[in-house]
Amino acid sequence: MELTLWTYEGPPHVGAIRVAASMRDVHLMLHSPQGDTYADLLFTMIEREGRRPPVTYTTFQARDLGSSTAEMVVNSLRESAERFKPQVLMVADSCTAELIQDQPGALALGADLPVPVIPLEMAAYTRKENWGAAETFYQLVRGLLSRQAPPPGSERPPRDANTRPSVNLLGPTKLGFRCRDDVVEIERLLNSMGVDVNVVAPLGASPQDLQAIPKADANVNLCPEVSDLTCSWLARTFGMPTISTIPMGWGATRDFIAEVAATLDLDINVDAVGESRLPWYSRSIDSTYLTGKRVFVFADGSHAIAAARVARDEMGFEVVGLGTYSRERARDVRAAAKEYGLEALITDNYLEVEAKVQELQPEMVLGTQMERHIAKRLGIPCAVISTPAHVQDYPARYSPQMGFEGANVLFDTWVHPLIMGLEEHLLHMFRDDFEFNDSVGPSHLGSEGEGARAQDTSSGHQADDGAVVWAFEAEKELKKIPFFVRGKARRNTERFAVEHGLTTIEVDTLYDAKAHFSN
Amino acid sequence: MSSVIASSVGEHHPGPQTQERGQRAVFCGLTSIIWLHRRIQDAFFLVVGSRTCAHLIQSAAGVMIFAEPRFATAILGERDLAGMADCHEELDRVVSELIARRSGINRLFLVGSCPSEVIKLDLETAAAKLQVKHENRVRISAFSGSGIETTFTQGEDQCLKSTVAELPALGASEDNLIVLGTVSDIVEDQFRRLFDELDIKNVHFYPGRKAGDLPAVGKGTRVIAAQPFVGETARALIESGAELISAPFPLGAEGSKAWFEAAAEAYGVDSERTQQVLEMPYQRAKRAVSVHRSKLEGKRIHFLPDSQLEIPMARFLSEECGLSVNEIGTPFHDQLMMRGELARLPQDVPMVEGQDLDPALARVRAARPDLTVCGMGIANALESEGLRTKWSIELVFSPVQGFDQAGDLAGLFAKPLAREEILEVGSWS
Repeated sequence: MELTLWTYEGPPHVGAIRVAASMRDVHLMLHSPQGDTYADLLFTMIEREGRRPPVTYTTFQARDLGSSTAEMVVNSLRESAERFKPQVLMVADSCTAELIQDQPGALALGADLPVPVIPLEMAAYTRKENWGAAETFYQLVRGLLSRQAPPPGSERPPRDANTRPSVNLLGPTKLGFRCRDDVVEIERLLNSMGVDVNVVAPLGASPQDLQAIPKADANVNLCPEVSDLTCSWLARTFGMPTISTIPMGWGATRDFIAEVAATLDLDINVDAVGESRLPWYSRSIDSTYLTGKRVFVFADGSHAIAAARVARDEMGFEVVGLGTYSRERARDVRAAAKEYGLEALITDNYLEVEAKVQELQPEMVLGTQMERHIAKRLGIPCAVISTPAHVQDYPARYSPQMGFEGANVLFDTWVHPLIMGLEEHLLHMFRDDFEFNDSVGPSHLGSEGEGARAQDTSSGHQADDGAVVWAFEAEKELKKIPFFVRGKARRNTERFAVEHGLTTIEVDTLYDAKAHFSN
Repeated sequence: MSSVIASSVGEHHPGPQTQERGQRAVFCGLTSIIWLHRRIQDAFFLVVGSRTCAHLIQSAAGVMIFAEPRFATAILGERDLAGMADCHEELDRVVSELIARRSGINRLFLVGSCPSEVIKLDLETAAAKLQVKHENRVRISAFSGSGIETTFTQGEDQCLKSTVAELPALGASEDNLIVLGTVSDIVEDQFRRLFDELDIKNVHFYPGRKAGDLPAVGKGTRVIAAQPFVGETARALIESGAELISAPFPLGAEGSKAWFEAAAEAYGVDSERTQQVLEMPYQRAKRAVSVHRSKLEGKRIHFLPDSQLEIPMARFLSEECGLSVNEIGTPFHDQLMMRGELARLPQDVPMVEGQDLDPALARVRAARPDLTVCGMGIANALESEGLRTKWSIELVFSPVQGFDQAGDLAGLFAKPLAREEILEVGSWS
């Protein structure tokens, strides 16, 4: 039993619904109690979908248990096949249905339905949403393609010299983070390299489209949370190479271009493919104030790793924390964290993340909707970089995260919540101005800026560990430091005091600590 | 039923009534926690369930709430299900953790879910055991919000019903009035002022703002429902000796007036005095509703089953706003609670109890009503087909009861229609 306030991921069957909702001409029959239909609103509300996801729920009730739930499954299957005429009917259990063991997959296979059936095992009590999406996509692709598989060990025939090289973009789904725009951006990028996109899946694909997957020369593992399993099966079964660089940020986009070129044996000058404004914006004089800003990154695995690289190498931030809620990606995130000299935070416990942010006092948080709440509470600027996200993170405008335009978007989005260069200096200098002070927040964010809501996390004159006491004058001096660095100053001073065996922090202790930590 | 103070109007809806069985598109009773944990400020709701339960509550809440919420989920894992971990011991650990963390909590509800019901986890016994351990610190009890037993607003009914046994006995010579069902704080304050003016004393709102605010119940207790979904609690109170005052729900000018009149009549308040007290707020409510009437008059409305508020809302809209009602879908039809409502509905309105989603949607598409009241999962799907909608959850989440909210209530329905007139982009038809 695990105590949870908020959850980063839904249950695995929500992952199955995401795959179904992303595609055309498929239908999912979900054996589930009434109430599980809430999942519809994830799509119709958060992503403003104009149709219900293609799901039929059995919605059994207590009175149906023990007698008619299996019958409900068969009826729902028949009705779904008849009413929606899908090319493929997927069948799954939600958590409660898993317990009553009606085996809807077996019932479906035995029901002589006029449509191919793909049964799914969702493992509701051990797995979560992204796993469910990955498993569903894999079962669907394997179910549709295994008959086409060449005998093991066959050589993949070389590409005909007259055909343009092509790849599949695998992994993007509904409710994924900016998947809609990333697909457009990466398709554009590939086209400018002379590479065609054969199939994009699950997003927008039909089962018939999936059958064409092996025609491409390689698979782009665009959202590994969803497509990792499928890409490795396609590599094993059809000998299709996987392109695994996530093209997020300027450098990673160039690496992606290089990987595509190498995989497809193309002679391509990376500089000629496209360009981003990020490098110049980051080098322009105004961006100096970004230097060494301490950022905390927490997201799904692929966005966390990609964001950390952009943060350090392209924005000039210091990455002070890196983590993920996705245990399936833990190994990759741990490895990435090592490169920043960090221990990765792997947890799906929101409270642990909050405690870590509080401890580190970063100047910016790059996270999910959850971290947005944490940051808001602690008065720290935040940008959302990953699911789970809310309705405002499914914007009307074109707003990719990947490719060269994606790099532009990242620069803008991450800089926006911060206080700009000269404004920051003026706040340092004249912080007692009655109209223009740090509690008003950044001028471009209006009067409801983060600063206005910032909570001083100080606990009065007593330091957090109880061993050090702040003298009145020192406390007053601390409050003269703008809020966006006050937490760091407070923490450093207390650490300095403890390390030097001091029990009271005087004004001089504050400045001694400042000098000590400034190198 | 002698324990029901019947209103003078007839009881049965004469229109066509059918029952449907099939796919339902409703929330489960756990959703009630979203407003219950705000209403009862010192209560904590611990759902014993699955990740789906946790995900449902945070998704249905729409936005995640700023502060740490007063609800959580104890997620059952494979070890619990396989019997490798003793569920009671695990629950003991989780509850101790929770109580240590939240010092301000005086009441803990263990909330049963679909999985806990299916594995027959006895939360009432668990609550009793935990109570012994945390005696004098926090009151612990259990109720079910599971989807196999409850829809949406029924969670509140189960929660309240689970506390009826704790209500103190009312003294033999005393009397009191219980206003049953969650209302917002502002509505409670308005209602209290009017009850005072009517000289109706000992009024208790149930649930109250604090978990310990429990009304006494006995022979001298009268109950009047502010919400339609508290039928089982009403029955439990009747069993404890209370009388249920039959009245329409306090929605709209007419509904609010009839509701207060029924209470006043039960208390033997002089009817002239009653009219005197109610006249000003009643006229004010009528003025406020009339502002929206031009937008609503002559429009056709269709209710898909969701919150149990469908019947009283249809009554308000047809009686006071001039809408014609195309169909009333309701998750279940509680005759006892709807006694005061049915005779006020137009005679020919088809009423459907239960749901079969796709045929129900097909009827909406065929009828193309001006406005469809439905759950959040369906609204945008209908909007994209050019049909205007109103989320039923807003009717539960906003203060809509009483005279001074009557105009706001009409406004909730008028707004989508007004928006259609204003917008010069795209097309809804």
